[in-house]
Amino acid sequence: MTAAIAVGVLVAAGVFLILGRSLVRVAFGFILLGHAVNLLLMAAGGLGRRGVPILGPDGGPPPATADPLPQAFVLTSIVISFGTTVYLLGLARTQRRGDQPDDTGSRP
Amino acid sequence: MIGALLIAPVAVPLLSAGLLVAVPPRRRLHRIIALAASTTGGMTGAVLLSSTLDGQVPTVDVGGWPPGFAIVFAADTFSALMLCVTSALVVAGLAIAAGTGDDTHRFYAPLVLVMSAGVGGALLTADLFNLFVFIEVMLAPSYALFTMTGGRDRVAASAVYVTVNLLASTTLLAGIALLYGVTGTVNLGQLAGSATSGGAALAAGVVLLALAIKAAIAPLHGWLPRSYPHALPAVAVLFSGLLTKVGIYGIIRIYAVLLDGTPRFRWIIMAAALLTMVVGVLGALGERSVRGILSFDMVSQVGYILVGLALFTAGGLAAAIFFMVQYVLVKASLFGCAAAIEVAGGTGQLARLGGLARREPLLAAAFMLGALSLAGVPPLSGFVAKLAIVTAAVVEGDYVASAVAVGVSLATLLVMLRIWSIAFWGEPPRHRVHADDRPAGGGHPHELRPTRARGPVVGPALALALPSLVLGLGAQPLLVAADSAAAGLLDLSTYIEAITR
Repeated sequence: MTAAIAVGVLVAAGVFLILGRSLVRVAFGFILLGHAVNLLLMAAGGLGRRGVPILGPDGGPPPATADPLPQAFVLTSIVISFGTTVYLLGLARTQRRGDQPDDTGSRP
Repeated sequence: MIGALLIAPVAVPLLSAGLLVAVPPRRRLHRIIALAASTTGGMTGAVLLSSTLDGQVPTVDVGGWPPGFAIVFAADTFSALMLCVTSALVVAGLAIAAGTGDDTHRFYAPLVLVMSAGVGGALLTADLFNLFVFIEVMLAPSYALFTMTGGRDRVAASAVYVTVNLLASTTLLAGIALLYGVTGTVNLGQLAGSATSGGAALAAGVVLLALAIKAAIAPLHGWLPRSYPHALPAVAVLFSGLLTKVGIYGIIRIYAVLLDGTPRFRWIIMAAALLTMVVGVLGALGERSVRGILSFDMVSQVGYILVGLALFTAGGLAAAIFFMVQYVLVKASLFGCAAAIEVAGGTGQLARLGGLARREPLLAAAFMLGALSLAGVPPLSGFVAKLAIVTAAVVEGDYVASAVAVGVSLATLLVMLRIWSIAFWGEPPRHRVHADDRPAGGGHPHELRPTRARGPVVGPALALALPSLVLGLGAQPLLVAADSAAAGLLDLSTYIEAITR
């Protein structure tokens, strides 16, 4: 339930920011949306479905383990969203530079 | 042996991209390495195609983990066909960029190679999460290719492109998370047929919605006509054949595997298909630049593929796959022609073009071939493809779909004739305008210097248009391959057994 509420709040805030004109706000909106989806991925994990791939000291499954698959997913998705965030911020910087009236050098 | 082949379309372009960044930025060296790498992808596709035609599904488990955790790559006829045609497109796109001089940036070739690695991975993976990852690998270089050069117009257009695609990617990931939450796996084989009802169907719906944004299906198509006309001409060629087509590939694959082609939701796909065809062609009628028209038309043609999917019969799916393969080549050829028109006429705006037929006979021939094939005029490949789709719809008794398909074909012919009659047959423009009052849609470095389009520019466009004639006159081999691909989608047992073993 906590996860559901957190995802809801993050998505609402993220969508609100994306609808703005400024690219910096859009970048922050996507950071929040990325967090929301990561939480969703973590909440989707569960161990009841199959055995764990990691073996404990006695060769059997260890006593307390989390589902490893969503963690791998989240790790991947964090790396991807980091890259896109850097790109969006770079784009925002380019756009701001282009808005200056004296800078026409970048136009083709 | 065959396992190494399955990894090659991803590994070879990625490694070559790394190599290109490391070696000194000599343009000729970059071109040779990039062409060699993408040709390797095409040859791999051809070998895979020949080994999957009889219904076999070669697979490889990367990392050696047990099923469910392993990263599985698999090829069936459908993915091998798509791999062949996308690799051919990357080769042509690199050639067009070399001709128009769009590849001056030292990271151009590496970015294109990374994009083609993402496409190859997305086509070959048998795992939903890896599909997401490879779509991201494909999109990240496309963001950079879009904005690498150019001014404010292009940055503004790319903001739309990047924002919409990021939102679609986030939605895709959320859909995959929901699907994992309901079913506990992301392996396509274990998921097969699981999403026909209940929560899993809803989660699969989120995934399909995200892919529909990427494929620019109406009413989610608004971003495409607003961004593609602003990309570099050679980049638009690549985008047209790679990005939206991977979206469509994903939709077909997921609908066939996860939803098992369930008749419950087919009306949604059919409605989207008809809307996409009509909206796209009407939008194209209202555009004023060559690439604006082609972009809207791209939305419209995607509808035909969806009609074949919505029918979900052997005939319908085979027609959709045949349509997609020939359409990738035809559309890329037309975008290549648009690039050449912008070099030869100095602009892409129809109002300032004219008289190209006399000045550029080869370009005119290439455009004529592509345009007539797009509209579906015999004996070109577009005719065979559209005939197959209309026939499949009539066999199923869906007369509305077949009527709309024929009507949109006529409207497409009208749209193409508009470009033809103005840009090629029209009066040559009297005076040139200054850069300042140029409307959006240009932005090409050759804008103010109409020059003769040289062989390197027109050649690739012509080379992409010729297969349309060949595939139209001798459609049989591709029809057989498409039939085999459709049979693989209808009877999934071999595919599922191969990827879950």
